[in-house]
Amino acid sequence: MSVLGNTALRFDDEQAMLLDYARNFCAAKGIDTARQHLETPQEFAPELWDEIVAMGWLGIGLPEDLGGSGLGIGAAVPVLESMGRVLMGTPLLSTLLASQLLLRGDKTAATEILVAIASGEAATVAQLESEDWLSRREQTQLTSEGHLTGEKRLVMDAQSSRWFVVTAQREGIPVLAVVDAKDLESGAIRPRQLIDNTHRAGDVVFEGVTPRLVIEGEPVASALRDYRLLGALLVAAENTGAAAACLDTIVEYLKTRKQFGKLIGSYQALKHPAVDILNDVDSSRSFIYHAATLVTDEPLQADGQIACHMAKAQATDTLKYAGDRAVQFHGGMGFTWDCDAQLFVRRAQWAQQQFGDAAYHRQCLATLLLDA
Amino acid sequence: MNAAVKELDEFRREIASWLAANKPADPGFLLPQSFMEVGSEQQLEFLREWQHKVWTAGYLGMAWPKEYGGQGVDAVYQSIVDQEMRRQAVPICFNVIGLGWAGPLINDIGTAEEKEQYLKGILSAEDIWCQGFSEPDHGSDLGNARTRAERDGDSYVVNGSKIWTTLGNYAKYMILLARTNPTTERKYDGLSFFLAPMTVDGIDTRPIRKLTGEYGFTETFFTDARIPATCLMGQEGDGWKIAMKTLQYERGAEAGAAGGLAFVRIVIDDLINQLREVRRADQPLLDDPVVRDQLVSLIMEEKALALGDRRAEIPALSSDYPLSLPLSNKLRWTEYTRRMRQFAINAQGADGALYVGDDRARAGGFWQRAYLNSFSATIGGGTSQVQANIIAEHVLGLPK
Repeated sequence: MSVLGNTALRFDDEQAMLLDYARNFCAAKGIDTARQHLETPQEFAPELWDEIVAMGWLGIGLPEDLGGSGLGIGAAVPVLESMGRVLMGTPLLSTLLASQLLLRGDKTAATEILVAIASGEAATVAQLESEDWLSRREQTQLTSEGHLTGEKRLVMDAQSSRWFVVTAQREGIPVLAVVDAKDLESGAIRPRQLIDNTHRAGDVVFEGVTPRLVIEGEPVASALRDYRLLGALLVAAENTGAAAACLDTIVEYLKTRKQFGKLIGSYQALKHPAVDILNDVDSSRSFIYHAATLVTDEPLQADGQIACHMAKAQATDTLKYAGDRAVQFHGGMGFTWDCDAQLFVRRAQWAQQQFGDAAYHRQCLATLLLDA
Repeated sequence: MNAAVKELDEFRREIASWLAANKPADPGFLLPQSFMEVGSEQQLEFLREWQHKVWTAGYLGMAWPKEYGGQGVDAVYQSIVDQEMRRQAVPICFNVIGLGWAGPLINDIGTAEEKEQYLKGILSAEDIWCQGFSEPDHGSDLGNARTRAERDGDSYVVNGSKIWTTLGNYAKYMILLARTNPTTERKYDGLSFFLAPMTVDGIDTRPIRKLTGEYGFTETFFTDARIPATCLMGQEGDGWKIAMKTLQYERGAEAGAAGGLAFVRIVIDDLINQLREVRRADQPLLDDPVVRDQLVSLIMEEKALALGDRRAEIPALSSDYPLSLPLSNKLRWTEYTRRMRQFAINAQGADGALYVGDDRARAGGFWQRAYLNSFSATIGGGTSQVQANIIAEHVLGLPK
């Protein structure tokens, strides 16, 4: 058996239609929508969010009996790739992931909340407690009286979310506590200034809050693992779209900017890195759609885990390189706020921290591939 | 399972067991990994015998006509044979210029006499073929070929030289591109194509010693070499057209090859298996975190290429730059291969310093030689740097 393992990559007509639709929708909004969002304190553009809800994208990873599409979470990959192309934020990413965590933790118990999410209520996961995203020492406690006590950091789209899926411990046992935003004290959420302001996050204090639902038991551990892997995959999908758009931005400039009497795109010092970016984007796309082929509603098998790790390891590095070169290749223009290169390079720095950086994913892959 | 599928399935079992029973034992010397690496009589005779055996058993040239040594069956049978050969890692069928390029060409556009004369010898490995396209001063710029072929009675008199002639010192025939008319308005119209004997007076080959220390190519000199006029393929002036058709077979863009393996594919699994025994700081090398990181990066590169082949078949997922995956394939595979083999040497620890010929060299110095040979692919057929220019211009649309 080869270490390359499963190399399946399938994409049916239904997925192709979804990709086409999402690409057109996002292209019509354009990167200016993301740009307009940069300097407003508003968490997201309400009209845009209404459209996303109306298209049913919140339920894209949920089964039909919960009001979802029944296509499986893999179907979110073409959507997030398309959104990544125009750096569209919105709480879609956090909502999709929170719903996956609940679905995998206890579908029956979470039915009511999942139906609410599918019909348009944003949700997010509150997990991080420090800069150490590898830490598994959960500090947040669910007391014997049923109150939460703890503080979570960098909760994605905290201010927009109706539902918080809070990771916690009850007497040393991991639980998922679902909190209604209405039950938070005023001032519990402290928005953070992110390097990429097309996405939003805040720290949240959960002190004495009583969750609306507590999920515990054996599936919690694997649900958490799959949440992190799917998070890695969906961020990788966003990154792939962003890197592809970043490449287009570079190519456009190389084809029009003249220096020393020549179009700068004729210089090999710029041409060859552009080809490197193209090849990296190709690898990223292959990995994300390979992973999309393998993920299902069931706990992820080894091949699906490997695919998610590879997708993130590749796409993170691809966008970092593309964004970095985009600034450099635009010369003085690249140093300005008005050049889109800054949007891509900032997105890259944000994205590499989400769900583990490339080196971390390669480390996981080494265990899965070399020690098996 | 329908009857056709069942028959193919049975055939696959048949060839698999034939190969298992007839695969040659380790000869005790390193075998060439590709047809461009045949450097000694010892290797040549071994490979000639193997190809002859495969052909005699009916597993080579299966789709070629029966009267010319083939089996006259559907090409799918040959592709099953080739897959099994790759899977069982048997030696190559080395007469590649005959099997893959000259043979299909003769099959497609040759006369009945040409087919009768040449095809069977290609399959049986009795007649080794070489190619005379590139010239010392013109590299891959074939349109500028200067080697002259002048008609004199019922002969052509050839003068000039060719370079990078694979198997040139062993070949009986050459597919030769030469200029019959130096005064045409378009340089291409003065070229003609010959199925030329290498055995006449006035043809000398000088082996080129490669960086591996081995031989595999020659430079070929023509000094008033007299070849029969009947060697002309098609008409005078058809040379460019026929050469371009030949390149289509070479690039795999046109079907018709006789089959067999042209090269041994070295994959990441070969590397990992080799490294399992190596130690570093008294621990298994594969426990070293930096080595693990590098290995995973290589695995990902190879997997991305395999996945790219799948994705290229899905138009919806390759619409941005439809030519990107196919046009980048050569650049990416050859560069990946080069770096993977380079890493393999580094990972051997102190033994990485040993070379072919040393009895302690790991796997007989296989990786050391494989790394040095890998440049034939990053240089031949257009260097990686030229490939990157082509991709930049033809895929991304950047200016020349």
